[in-house]
Amino acid sequence: MSTAVESTKEIAEVPSFNVTLFVRRFNPETDTEPKWQDFDVQVYGTDRVLDALHKIKWEIDGTLTFRRSCAHGVCGSDAMRINGRNRLACKTLIKDLDITQPIYVEPIKGLNVEKDLVVDMNPFYQAYKDVKPFLMASDNPEKERLQSPEQRARFDDTTKCILCAACTTSCPVFWTDNQYFGPAAIVNAHRFIFDSRDEAAEVRLEILNDKEGVWRCRTTFNCTEACPRGIEVTKAIAEVKQAVLRGKRS
Amino acid sequence: MAVIIEQPNAPRSRKGAQWEKRAWIFMRVSGIILVGMIIGHLMVNLVLPERGVKSIDFAFVAGKWASPFWQVYDGILLWLALIHGTNGMRTLVNDYTEREWLRKALNVTLWVVAAALIVLGTLVITTFDPCIDPNVHEYLPELVCKG
Repeated sequence: MSTAVESTKEIAEVPSFNVTLFVRRFNPETDTEPKWQDFDVQVYGTDRVLDALHKIKWEIDGTLTFRRSCAHGVCGSDAMRINGRNRLACKTLIKDLDITQPIYVEPIKGLNVEKDLVVDMNPFYQAYKDVKPFLMASDNPEKERLQSPEQRARFDDTTKCILCAACTTSCPVFWTDNQYFGPAAIVNAHRFIFDSRDEAAEVRLEILNDKEGVWRCRTTFNCTEACPRGIEVTKAIAEVKQAVLRGKRS
Repeated sequence: MAVIIEQPNAPRSRKGAQWEKRAWIFMRVSGIILVGMIIGHLMVNLVLPERGVKSIDFAFVAGKWASPFWQVYDGILLWLALIHGTNGMRTLVNDYTEREWLRKALNVTLWVVAAALIVLGTLVITTFDPCIDPNVHEYLPELVCKG
């Protein structure tokens, strides 16, 4: 009982503060160029950037447009450029940013803006589809395909991808060359290339041994830094490069 | 019943695929070789001579190129450095230019300049004639230049 009282007290004491958000706005029906618009909102120490955006949309300007679904860092809908870095709005606590300065929120770069913070994800998904992100196996098993813990661990890191596009749209190569497969597609190819149950590693390696494939990677590590799931993206790309050189998985 | 999808997504254009791989390998291999060769080059030209960089003159170069070893060494250095550098510039151009015609124009210019420098450099190394210097006998044996 006493702990319940205490925790209620703690919740009541969550500090609140005022922040200014500069949001990159673009309305395709009236604007020719995107422009910055500032909003002053009162937020709490437990609030994330997504909460501030909700506050703006629900209380100040209902026309503000952005994507979000689960709001808990799993669906990957709300990747955006916050203070110049790609992050998930739902995983970025406002108190962790420099709140003495305005917070800048922009759509992720390299994809066409449709409205405000919403971008056209189709080129991103197309690159994903092009690496054949599904199990390709010729057998028709009656039971599950067995795999040792070591075999599973080989591609564990890249199974964590949520396709939020934070990595691909942080990549300077992708900004100027939309034909580049991009980190996310390579990560998802990696997930199957190094899966012992899959039989089409060579096919995917051939696809990524393209002019616009893994060789476009400049190992700037922007993708690894941007990944909200902590995937070592650049390392995964390097492993795919090595596999392309070998011409097979291992 | 298993659904069999023959070609769910046809691969993208395969044009020039092996070239990118080869270029990538070349950059790494030539880079490693260049590090060693450039250190050797700097040692022989700048560090080991008594008067350092001041010792480099016509006679110094003529003395070096009288030996086939340095002709080959400098030739390899010239080719590797120019191709390595030009290919590096090509990746920069590909990364930063957005307009296709500009990209093509810059890349063509790069390779034309590189080719001209390689041809010119190779020509100098292989056909270098120390005998155009009247004082040649001071640093090269008599038999190199007759008459």
